[in-house]
Amino acid sequence: MQTHQFDAVIVGAGGAGLMAALYASEGGANVAVVSKLYPTRSHTGAALGGIGAALGNLEEDKPLWHMYDTVKGGDYLADQDAVKVLAEEAVDSVIELERMGLPFDRTDDGRISQRRFGGHTSNFGEKAVRRACHSADRTGHMILQTLYQQCIKNKVRFFDEYQVVDVIMNQGAVVGTVAIQLGTGEFHLFHAKATMFATGGWGRVWQVTSNAHSLTGDGPAVLFRRGIPMQDMEFYQFHPTGLYGLGLLLTEGIRGEGGILLNRSGERFMERYAPSIKDLASRDVVSRSIYLEIRDGKGIGGQNYVHLDIRPETVNRYLAEAGESCRIDSAYIAKNLAETLDTCRTYLGVDPLTEPMPVAPTAHYAMGGIPTNVDAEVVIDENWTVLPGLYAAGECACVSCHGANRLGTNSLVDLVVFGRRGGKVIANYVKQADFIPLPANPAEQVQAEFNRIRASRGSRRPGELRKEMQHEMMDKIGVFREEDHMRKGIDSVTSLRDRYMNDLHIDDQGSIFNTDMMEAWELGCLLDIAHMTAESAINRKESRGAHSREDFKKRDDTNWMVHTLVSSESGEPYPHGIHPLKINSSKKVNRSLEEGDKRFAPKERVY
Amino acid sequence: MEVTFRVRRYQPDSGNRKPYWQEFVLQDVEPTHRVLEMLHRVKWEQDGTLSFRRSCSSGICGSDAMRINGRNALACKLLIRDVGTKIQVEPILGLPVIKDLIVDMEPFFEHYRQVMPYFVNNDPPPADGRERLQSQEDKDLITDTTNCILCAACTTSCPSFWANGQYVGPAAIVQAHRFIFDTRDHAAKTRIDTLAEPNGVWRCRTIYNCTPACPRGISVTRAIGEVKLAIRNGSPEGIIDPATIPTHE
Ligand SMILES: Cc1cc2nc3c(=O)[nH]c(=O)nc-3n(C[C@H](O)[C@H](O)[C@H](O)COP(=O)(O)OP(=O)(O)OC[C@H]3O[C@@H](n4cnc5c(N)ncnc54)[C@H](O)[C@@H]3O)c2cc1C
Ligand code: SF4
Ligand code: FES
Repeated sequence: MQTHQFDAVIVGAGGAGLMAALYASEGGANVAVVSKLYPTRSHTGAALGGIGAALGNLEEDKPLWHMYDTVKGGDYLADQDAVKVLAEEAVDSVIELERMGLPFDRTDDGRISQRRFGGHTSNFGEKAVRRACHSADRTGHMILQTLYQQCIKNKVRFFDEYQVVDVIMNQGAVVGTVAIQLGTGEFHLFHAKATMFATGGWGRVWQVTSNAHSLTGDGPAVLFRRGIPMQDMEFYQFHPTGLYGLGLLLTEGIRGEGGILLNRSGERFMERYAPSIKDLASRDVVSRSIYLEIRDGKGIGGQNYVHLDIRPETVNRYLAEAGESCRIDSAYIAKNLAETLDTCRTYLGVDPLTEPMPVAPTAHYAMGGIPTNVDAEVVIDENWTVLPGLYAAGECACVSCHGANRLGTNSLVDLVVFGRRGGKVIANYVKQADFIPLPANPAEQVQAEFNRIRASRGSRRPGELRKEMQHEMMDKIGVFREEDHMRKGIDSVTSLRDRYMNDLHIDDQGSIFNTDMMEAWELGCLLDIAHMTAESAINRKESRGAHSREDFKKRDDTNWMVHTLVSSESGEPYPHGIHPLKINSSKKVNRSLEEGDKRFAPKERVY
Repeated sequence: MEVTFRVRRYQPDSGNRKPYWQEFVLQDVEPTHRVLEMLHRVKWEQDGTLSFRRSCSSGICGSDAMRINGRNALACKLLIRDVGTKIQVEPILGLPVIKDLIVDMEPFFEHYRQVMPYFVNNDPPPADGRERLQSQEDKDLITDTTNCILCAACTTSCPSFWANGQYVGPAAIVQAHRFIFDTRDHAAKTRIDTLAEPNGVWRCRTIYNCTPACPRGISVTRAIGEVKLAIRNGSPEGIIDPATIPTHE
């Protein structure tokens, strides 16, 4: 088995991982990036609408307003120290991206152009503000490309198509990771002073999702199996406008440009749910509103979807009604929403310039994940105890700047702000830290698990088990939740796990690109994540942000201004049989902004 | 409806070192189903050894370029109604096959790295601490080529590349174009010199396979043409009339 040694190893090459790699290497660290996909295949490339920063290029804007929107959008569960860092450093980070060559769209005076996006307002909720910096509707693609290009320029070392499958600990610290080289099936050890996880989300837990096939929660699952708790796993965002039936995302930027949601009678129903900013209310609110319309039989033709309308005549009618002077035309839409038009035409044969688009909520974004502080250091308990040598950033991390519901454009901000901070902190850390030796046979346990998977000769293919899990999670731990129903969900996940451990079937016995075996291993991660999500969701007896309970409809600030920490009770990474989880609800939300400014105190969310 | 897939297989660690064809039949297929999802059905329901790369399933990550009915495409961007009920799938040509539809992408990325695919500008940043200014018209000079997702569909459809794997290929030239024509970048000269070498742009014989192969609708041949002109002129300046650049098709 080969062993590689680097000051810092970054697991994942999306926006967060590449940003951290760039800044750690600029700070003098010897860095390797280990990624199961070629870096440019990472899902950051799919991000569409924009990256939020209070540049104020088109109208007045301030980081303070961005903080307010983020705290309110997160239904007051966000840690306010993290929100402050997010909003303040967003401005600098976006300007740095421009200096790295990112081709932003421009205003008439040559500055970075900005557009409106859900939940982003000026002056503490007064009106929608232009804050999302964009490169047409392929902002994530441009961020990913630009960061990868800069990493090449800085000669960052890449291990492409290496999948990390375990973390190695010794002397109370993280000392490295175990990875499989996909092309050969060989195991490799990565020995490092600092290891960062930036492995992205886990939308593949659910049946309908905007997420890539590769988003299977590997990072959080691997750490969870080694005893590290996961935070706020009950908060998973369903994006309101997934393409009906497919789940592919239609960006919020469509509504930012004036698009309108309509029910079967052509009513702009968001006027009822969010009278002041209507279609641009935060995502949890819009997703629930769509479901309520559908439940009331007001879906299009009584079916499970509504319409999203960006036809110029519709948009202009509502603009006129609102007393706004600007108007849009087809050419403008074709230019600014090119990806959207392409998606609809390719996959549905619908031309959004002449027909409304059928949409329904789609599983989209994990607010929870690996708990960290604002320096991307992983913390393992309610006292913010740091686990030396371990870092996390991006969607897999929970810093928590999004609280119970993330605002659009704030994920890309999260990646660049906390990826950058993590990279800088790592560069300093590795200067003063020594290598802690690897323990004896660090890959033994995970190799045994892979041998088990590969040798499985039962009756269930991984694809079949996965499909069943996705269906159960969509049905029982989706947008609306209720205790009895969720218990049934846990029972299903438990029995699926049992079949996974005892009745799995693998066809591929080879070593070269054994995707059959890797998919099965990823399914194990998804099952762990599903289990954590369900237990955390049952535990939280209130409704807040994306977590909406039919049996506890109100937010409860007296008892629940706390984060959930869920961990494994058995201490066994690959348990057979019953797998009890431990929940800790004593980690208090950081409310530092509120102390100086009462406008940040929890109040009812109206949009 | 029923569809038949005829797939070019290569399973080097099964003991069989020779490529072969294998057919799979799927029932209950709809015309709007994606080819990628149907390959998944084969893998998930019939034969777990079938191997291919994929991730986003929405045409943005560039993982799943393959030769489908003889033409390069992303499997996730083709629907069954685009390809019919008899579908032949092979790996893209010109790169070594590793297993089934998976090819070795290293030579492709090596060519990419040759053209300095990164922004260079060592001027001090603006004194006000803000962004550099650029007009939207200038930005639009590169809007088309910044669209590239490095899927290799263009390069592996090019007979010049098949004939000579040292040719940098259309994708690398598209990437170079994105920087050469970026009005903020300062390394155009170096890139132009690299592409003037024997394995640079002049291996392009304007066969035009690349443009229809591109799943992003990039005017690949046009970008190559503009780079050729820039080499002739020794500079990208004055090559283009911005009004004639298509933004997206
Ligand atoms: C369709 C869509 C549109 C979006 N639009 C927006 C938007 O407009 N604005 C916004 O702010 N946010 C948006 N988001 C959210 C945002 O794109 C993601 O949250 C963000 O890109 C995640 O970045 P990341 O760096 O954390 O992870 P990713 O970009 O997902 O990268 C994960 C990386 O980890 C690697 N990896 C995973 N597991 C392993 C393993 N076991 N071993 C080794 N490597 C591994 C992968 O190879 C990959 O490189 C959107 C999301 C989607 C799905
Ligand atoms: S130019 Fe088009 S076909 Fe070629 S690599 Fe880029 S996206 Fe793929
Ligand atoms: S799977 Fe990403 S482009 Fe096809």
